[in-house]
Amino acid sequence: MNGLIRTVFGVRGAAAGAARGAALLRPVRAVRLYHPKVIEHYTNPRNVGSMDKKLTNVGTGIVGAPACGDVIKLQIKVDDRTGIIEDVKFKTFGCGSAIASSSYMTELVQGMSLDDAAKIKNTQIARELSLPPVKLHCSMLAEDAIKAAIRDYKTKRTTTTVLR
Amino acid sequence: MLRNSFYRTFQRFSVVSPTRQPVLSNLKGGLPSFRTYASGGAAAAVKKVQPAAEPVKVPDDLALETHTDIQTAAKEQADQRQAATETTPLVSPTPSETTALNHAYQENTGFGTRPIYLDMQATTPTDPRVLDTMLKFFTGLYGNPHSNTHAYGWETNKSIEEARKYVADMINADPKEIIFTSGATESNNMVIKGVSRFYKKTKKHIITTRTEHKCVLEAARSMINEGFEVTFLGVDKHGLVDLKELEAAIRPDTCVVSIMSVNNEIGVVQPIKKIGQICKKHKVYFHTDAAQAYGKIKMDVNDMNIDLMSISSHKIYGPKGIGALYVRRRPRVRLEPLFSGGGQERGLRSGTLAPPMVAGFGEAARLMKKEFDNDQAHIKRLSNKLVKGLLAIDHTSLNGSPDHRYPGCINVSFAYVEGESLLMALRDIALSSGSACTSASLEPSYVLHALGKDDALAHSSIRFGIGRFSTEEEVDYVIKAISERVKFLRELSPLWEMVQEGIDLDSIEWSGH
Repeated sequence: MNGLIRTVFGVRGAAAGAARGAALLRPVRAVRLYHPKVIEHYTNPRNVGSMDKKLTNVGTGIVGAPACGDVIKLQIKVDDRTGIIEDVKFKTFGCGSAIASSSYMTELVQGMSLDDAAKIKNTQIARELSLPPVKLHCSMLAEDAIKAAIRDYKTKRTTTTVLR
Repeated sequence: MLRNSFYRTFQRFSVVSPTRQPVLSNLKGGLPSFRTYASGGAAAAVKKVQPAAEPVKVPDDLALETHTDIQTAAKEQADQRQAATETTPLVSPTPSETTALNHAYQENTGFGTRPIYLDMQATTPTDPRVLDTMLKFFTGLYGNPHSNTHAYGWETNKSIEEARKYVADMINADPKEIIFTSGATESNNMVIKGVSRFYKKTKKHIITTRTEHKCVLEAARSMINEGFEVTFLGVDKHGLVDLKELEAAIRPDTCVVSIMSVNNEIGVVQPIKKIGQICKKHKVYFHTDAAQAYGKIKMDVNDMNIDLMSISSHKIYGPKGIGALYVRRRPRVRLEPLFSGGGQERGLRSGTLAPPMVAGFGEAARLMKKEFDNDQAHIKRLSNKLVKGLLAIDHTSLNGSPDHRYPGCINVSFAYVEGESLLMALRDIALSSGSACTSASLEPSYVLHALGKDDALAHSSIRFGIGRFSTEEEVDYVIKAISERVKFLRELSPLWEMVQEGIDLDSIEWSGH
């Protein structure tokens, strides 16, 4: 926990050359304040939108629950022959960190192969967006979303192959 | 005892008196600087305490009059201060203090960039007239109000009694029934813990509601550990207490009923008068947490049969850190004090009062009474406009009773938009998604839960607080900003999309996380 806080704020702390006393106060304030990158993604979300989920080359992943305050819908359009993710779209109901996490995820997986995309870890997102510990579940949700989308695509593929 | 302490004082004086001589002779030239007085006194005290009292030679021409010429004295002091600052080099503030503010969310570009303040339930800005009243207690009137041996104490004590009267007048109470505390949280704790502890031999039961402020709920919960039983009454979908349920819950061993007047999250006004009648009928003490109600709705402790009332100063444009507890004298309500000490405030709340705070609180209460009609009309007008503007957006709903409410507190749910992300979009408006106490945790509001709202709606609710200093331009801006940004976030929301497609969200099995 402590280590996490330190890594999260390490970058900014070093850049600002802040005193140690100020660093001690930070974890408390981290709950309310967002990292500039989160705000950037939140104000200009990338790849917002939907694709037709009935298409065979589109995989859809919906994770989370409204009751928990976060729902992420992530859709991938995959090139059937190469297995490369051609297009990504997302929609998110949730806090700023959840929106930023999913927006960053879409940027990340664009042009990736399915296998590489499945390997993305939530820590990578958390590190990029400097998420505080209370918001780590947002990055986990984004990871779950891409995995669910890939799974959805793969089940669609198997059924279509059988039919063929 | 008295004589003994008097003797001790006398003795101390007689020992100190020879040491005073150099200081007094110094006084002759006028008022000495603070430093000479202090250091001279200290040094002399170290040196001269030991020897037995020698006969002191007091010069005949020693002028003993006190310094009534305040203007000259003040001028001399100012001169000395001036001289002191000229010699000492200016220390620049440490850089670490400025870097802490170096964040995108804290505007440090200068003045005029702060958000519109619409969080009047968390706290209110201090009225400038209140500040004017307070200032003199930080400079001239520094006496301890409980010192009844000299003029310094008398003058602050007089101001405090005036403030007490103003606080009492608002609720038609006797000034003697007002106990100053550090705030409504302390008052609530004092009642829940104090009254039940006092009557613990015969009474074992406390009644409160599920929508109370956290401090009442937690205090009541802590009394369970002391062997009390607590009934947490539910509320209907409007947030109102069922009076029949309340009456049924009262038992012969019920000690106190605590129900808040105005809810801090949804602004619902409980039927205090009827609750008071029920409590009187069953001879149970009735406490109401009026932190959000005092000065904002008409309250009369005698008409409403209120035995105890918690009041907060910073919700009525007064200073933070002060509040009051109304404790009925006839019939007398007894409670065990939380603090042991010198027995100030009728022995119920020991500790020296803070005159600047008390005077500011008193002035704030006086202004609330004086400007009651103005405030009401102003807040009602803006509130109506805001409610109308916000409810014009699709799929929005007002939380809490539409009729029994304080207009200055508006709680609206924006379906399919998450509250926190909406607040993030509205960083030019200071709002809260619930009470300030719970906004640190990511829990949805327990008050909205008690109203039977589901988690999703509780997550998407925002509270708007309008006060004396809110303006019509601000309300217009807020309506426009909210409409635009709700639209933006709904474009982003998968739930909104499903609803547009005609999918019932309740029919979906969500994977919890």
